[in-house]
Amino acid sequence: MDFQIIQNVSYIIASALFILGIKRLGKESTAVSGNFMSALGMFIAVSVTAISFVDPLVAIVGIALGAVIGSVIALKVKMTSIPEMVALFNGFGGLATYLIAWSEFTNGNLGAAQHVLIMLTVFIGGVTFSGSLIAYGKLSEKISIGKGSIISNLFVFVLYAAVLFLGFAVATPWLPEAIIFSNYFIFLLGLALLAGIGFVLPIGGGDMPVVISLLNSLSGIAAAFAGLLLLNNVLIVAGSLVGASGLILTVIMAKAMNRSIGNILFVGYASAASTSAKTQEQGEVKPITTDDAYLILENASSVLVVPGYGMAVAQAQHVVRELGELLENNGTEVKYGIHPVAGRMPGHMNVLLAEANVSYDLLVEPDDVNPSMDTVDVAIVIGANDVVNPSATEEPGSPIYGMPIIEVHNAKTVFVLKRSMSSGFAGVENPLFFRPNTRMLFGDAKSSISALVSEFKD
Amino acid sequence: METLLLLGFILVLSIFLGLELISKVPSTLHTPLMSGSNAISGIALVGALVLSADTQLQTILAFAAILFASINVFGGYLVTNRMLKMFSKKDK
Repeated sequence: MDFQIIQNVSYIIASALFILGIKRLGKESTAVSGNFMSALGMFIAVSVTAISFVDPLVAIVGIALGAVIGSVIALKVKMTSIPEMVALFNGFGGLATYLIAWSEFTNGNLGAAQHVLIMLTVFIGGVTFSGSLIAYGKLSEKISIGKGSIISNLFVFVLYAAVLFLGFAVATPWLPEAIIFSNYFIFLLGLALLAGIGFVLPIGGGDMPVVISLLNSLSGIAAAFAGLLLLNNVLIVAGSLVGASGLILTVIMAKAMNRSIGNILFVGYASAASTSAKTQEQGEVKPITTDDAYLILENASSVLVVPGYGMAVAQAQHVVRELGELLENNGTEVKYGIHPVAGRMPGHMNVLLAEANVSYDLLVEPDDVNPSMDTVDVAIVIGANDVVNPSATEEPGSPIYGMPIIEVHNAKTVFVLKRSMSSGFAGVENPLFFRPNTRMLFGDAKSSISALVSEFKD
Repeated sequence: METLLLLGFILVLSIFLGLELISKVPSTLHTPLMSGSNAISGIALVGALVLSADTQLQTILAFAAILFASINVFGGYLVTNRMLKMFSKKDK
């Protein structure tokens, strides 16, 4: 009895730490301590629970193994693949709730409320797991199946079927026994996993950050349901905090991309076919050599670097910083234009440039830099595409029309560093490449910039 | 049933609290915040630790749930910390 009191007091402390942790994670100055507080809360909650576990060996081995796997992944992974990792970890959390609900089902003798909670938890947990795996696959470019393909349509159909089946499974306590078949729970277990695939597969890769945030919110809701099921208050508090704040974060992120959640989930970027015909004939692409690019840069008095996912892929952030410093020594004003959704996750570029020791005050947001864009001599676009696509401001018919962009097309000269002429993650043509003031510097971003750097050094 | 109602009360209040908790988040913190709250959803580990393990199937399910939730917890916090460390360099 005494121990239960200790446990519950610890749960209250843990809950308070989670609340403070999330609150502090939302501000730059307090974010690190916020994460630490929430980790401390987790440590307290897990420790007081682990002591009472029926089979200590299972608990200790499970936690130790999970700790090793999780830590190795978290510390070994390259900064560029962090978005995928968040998706993967989130999927594992969802899988855990799925297994919890499954285990509770095997206890038998369920009340009506428990029955409903088990069905919902299995479904949400399963969707979170398989959905996160698909998001992981899309971000790491292992899965390229998109909207409209036969496979994707098939899975969407399964998703609808699974939702109907969930309704049936939830209602079984009130249905006549004649129509209930004995293995319906096994079917639900399978359908929940398939439903997650159908949920995420049709959504374009560019929208994955928002989808992962939504899946994160879902895994919180699943944990809260599991808490109701197990009558455990800390699970309910932590789960619903994550569920609700995750939902708000999802909305905030969607707004940064000028999209609504409904649009992302159910519409996606419209097929680019209707607009590409127009943009095709905008003029010719003008390639440039590094020698010529060097000459222009040497005489430029202000340069704006606009990085995108291409910089992350090429791991070019360090040479970019080096080039920036050389330009500054040459008397050029250098700024970095950071689009909030450049890369595969919000803040992706900030993380990379911070890793390369680029000073924080050199990073500017689109709203700060767009009004004075015409005073910029050279805008260097490094592996960014959709976030500098002028169609977003000029072509009402374009699928990305309305999305805030960095308006590099207004700069005097634009260098676009790109591997090929392929379109961006959103699959939309970019008329920027055909503009008269645009010069294309083809090739790997890292080697192109290294070449520029060595020209400056000579 | 009474316990369940009380817990439902907690659930509703926590949801409202969660909705109010974050409002204006700078875009640089979107990813760390997502990752950090993802680590909190690893609280499922507590749920996994109170599962019964009477049958072999239940033991396997409990073990797997503990394992995956632990990966979520440890990986989530460490990745978040790593990301935030990158930002804090600017203080120098």
